[in-house]
Amino acid sequence: MLEINNLHAELETDADVTILKGLTLSIKPGEVHAIMGPNGSGKSTLSYVLSGKDGYSVTAGSAMLEGVDLLEMEPEERAAAGLFLAFQYPVEIPGVGNMTFLRTAVNAQRKARGEEELSAGDFLKEVRAKAKDLQIDADMLKRPVNVGFSGGEKKRNEILQMAMLEPKMCILDETDSGLDVDAMKLVADGVNALRSENRSFLVITHYQRLLDHIKPDFVHILADGKIIKSGGPELALEVENNGYADILAGAA
Amino acid sequence: MTALDKIEVKEGVDQDTVDAVTALSGNYKYGWETEIEMDYAPKGVNPDIVRLISSKNEEPEWMTEWRLQAFTRWEKMNEPTWAMVSYPPIDFQDIYYYARPKSMAVKPKSLDDVDPKLLATYAKLGIPLKEQAILAGVEGAEDMPAEGRKVAVDAVFDSVSVGTTFQAELKKAGVIFCSISEAIRDHPELVKKYLGSVVPQSDNYYATLNSAVFSDGSFVYIPPGVRCPMELSTYFRINAENTGQFERTLIIADKGSYVSYLEGCTAPKRDVAQLHAAVVEIIIEEDAEVKYSTVQNWYPGDENGKGGIYNFVTKRADCRGDRAKVMWTQVETGSAVTWKYPSCILRGDDSQGEFYSIAIANNMQQADTGTKMVHLGKNTKSRIVSKGISAGKAQNTYRGLVSMHPKAKNSRNYTQCDSLLIGDQCGAHTVPYIEVKNNSSRVEHEATTSKVDDDQLFYCRSRGMDEEEAVALVVNGFCKEVLQALPMEFAMEAQALVAISLEGSVG
Ligand SMILES: Nc1ncnc2c1ncn2[C@@H]1O[C@H](COP(=O)(O)OP(=O)(O)OP(=O)(O)O)[C@@H](O)[C@H]1O
Ligand SMILES: [Mg+2]
Repeated sequence: MLEINNLHAELETDADVTILKGLTLSIKPGEVHAIMGPNGSGKSTLSYVLSGKDGYSVTAGSAMLEGVDLLEMEPEERAAAGLFLAFQYPVEIPGVGNMTFLRTAVNAQRKARGEEELSAGDFLKEVRAKAKDLQIDADMLKRPVNVGFSGGEKKRNEILQMAMLEPKMCILDETDSGLDVDAMKLVADGVNALRSENRSFLVITHYQRLLDHIKPDFVHILADGKIIKSGGPELALEVENNGYADILAGAA
Repeated sequence: MTALDKIEVKEGVDQDTVDAVTALSGNYKYGWETEIEMDYAPKGVNPDIVRLISSKNEEPEWMTEWRLQAFTRWEKMNEPTWAMVSYPPIDFQDIYYYARPKSMAVKPKSLDDVDPKLLATYAKLGIPLKEQAILAGVEGAEDMPAEGRKVAVDAVFDSVSVGTTFQAELKKAGVIFCSISEAIRDHPELVKKYLGSVVPQSDNYYATLNSAVFSDGSFVYIPPGVRCPMELSTYFRINAENTGQFERTLIIADKGSYVSYLEGCTAPKRDVAQLHAAVVEIIIEEDAEVKYSTVQNWYPGDENGKGGIYNFVTKRADCRGDRAKVMWTQVETGSAVTWKYPSCILRGDDSQGEFYSIAIANNMQQADTGTKMVHLGKNTKSRIVSKGISAGKAQNTYRGLVSMHPKAKNSRNYTQCDSLLIGDQCGAHTVPYIEVKNNSSRVEHEATTSKVDDDQLFYCRSRGMDEEEAVALVVNGFCKEVLQALPMEFAMEAQALVAISLEGSVG
């Protein structure tokens, strides 16, 4: 599904700051991978570089989604190709109704893929059903995108977008942070409902507890722009219990 | 639910409009022209031309005199230069002041007799000249108030009114809705009483010129206590080349009446700039209310600033009676130069004026627009919400006056003035004038200037929208408060227009 090979990225404005320093990762269809790593190790940068945010230059390496070069594409083309990023810090868009935003997004992707637009009626039905599962009420659907949403509401809203857009490759950047126990369960249920053999997930998190709900196939430790250790779910437990010191020392 | 939320629910509409419109090539959708035989008055303006226009309209002597008086005044005046707009000098003698389709030489008895070419023009513009409820088949239309479904139209083509719909039905309610030339002939007592009473002949250079040479426009009278049974609208189309359009609109809302009035306008793409100098006067008596909404979409000129309409407009509402209310809503997306300040004179005690404006300037467009709120009566209230969007190399100025006179005790004004910049070659300017001459009134002014936020655009794009779609969405959000003030059909048109006007502003 997603093949990242020896990815190097630096800040566009400051070539002295290299953030990703040879990152390699292979995610097969249907797999769930978790990435953990100290603050500032480059986890969000990886998600941004994959989804095409301005401000970073890729100096070496590649990232392919189902055999197609992601790095050559505009952000919206990557989205239409099936990539989705649940933002660590979802962005507020004043004045734009959440529903309008979702519908514009869904139809933009459909159009890009040469599919018919969803009719207003079908769209409404789908949104309402999916919002209900995530306990997002009608009021939140009407309010402007993320404006005045609590931290947890913003994260649930990201998952609603994901559910509506039905991407193939979902990247979740700390979707669990800021969630209370119940909301965490809702979000995890939302993700698990989407798990299928042709959809993959890359879950960035600091905490084991999310991974109790979303069972990963692999766990990777990202430090200083590289994956320094990979393993199964037990690796997350190790981090939870001992922190990163041993792992970092082991890698050095 | 607010008006805009309704749109969100019955979304099919706005998105379809946007798509239909974007599918058309070029970004100005109304740039085509109608090939039709025209009669012109000779170029230029002088007392003979003024008399000619007056006689073409079969006006009584007093009207001709009134025009000539205005012309004498105009000759002694100078073009104003204080606005933040620059354009090559206008040669006022190189313009046609009167252009009428030949087929209109004999006024058609009814719309059925109107030249099919003219009817086709309005059909192509999407203006319903058939007396039918519009928006049939739109999901959610059943939620709309009944009066929202019918819109009476006065269609003005170059210098003349082609026809006015629903006149019979309106007449039953006592409402007079006709072209101003008809009103001068058929309702001279009303015209004499009110014409020039809000915008005096000598008000400003363009208004004075308009007083001398206005050729047509709309007239509305709502009798006491009547709620106008449908929305009224005028659609202005400039078609002829080198021709100025000088229309005059007079709206009178008698005691306790209500009317919502819409105005739309377009013109063909031409290399040479064209002049449009209109005057709108509104009189609002005790307890009456008028909503006046404009979607101004004159041809803006090309991306190098060639051609386009020079739009010099004087619009003013006089809340003459106590508790009179007026609300101006304008969406200004067109014109090469816009010079326009729809104003409110709050003369009656407890009267209210509101001004909601979206002004978009892209490429080389220049907009200098705003409002005047003149508080004369006690406990008067005014509210100004202005959203200026600048892109390309455009300059966008908000110019607003709030004046609290000594007798306007306990009056309030709230002004919110937001500017949004797209790119770094455009400019936004805010020029507020505030005069408070009593100590019980309060004026609040808030202004912000921001850039379209890259994070917002990236967020939209990461969800699959292309850059222009993303900008249009963010800008529509920025304008939401004003879009909400528009009647629903207009709000949808305006949303689509925002997207179109900003084409080419990114990337
Ligand atoms: N646009 C930027 N300008 C300057 N520094 C940046 C920029 N983007 C990322 N960085 C730096 O790159 C490093 C990696 O940041 P990134 O946000 O990817 O970390 P992270 O692993 O997601 O951290 P966290 O766990 O705190 O979310 C940090 O040191 C950060 O300050
Ligand atoms: Mg991060």
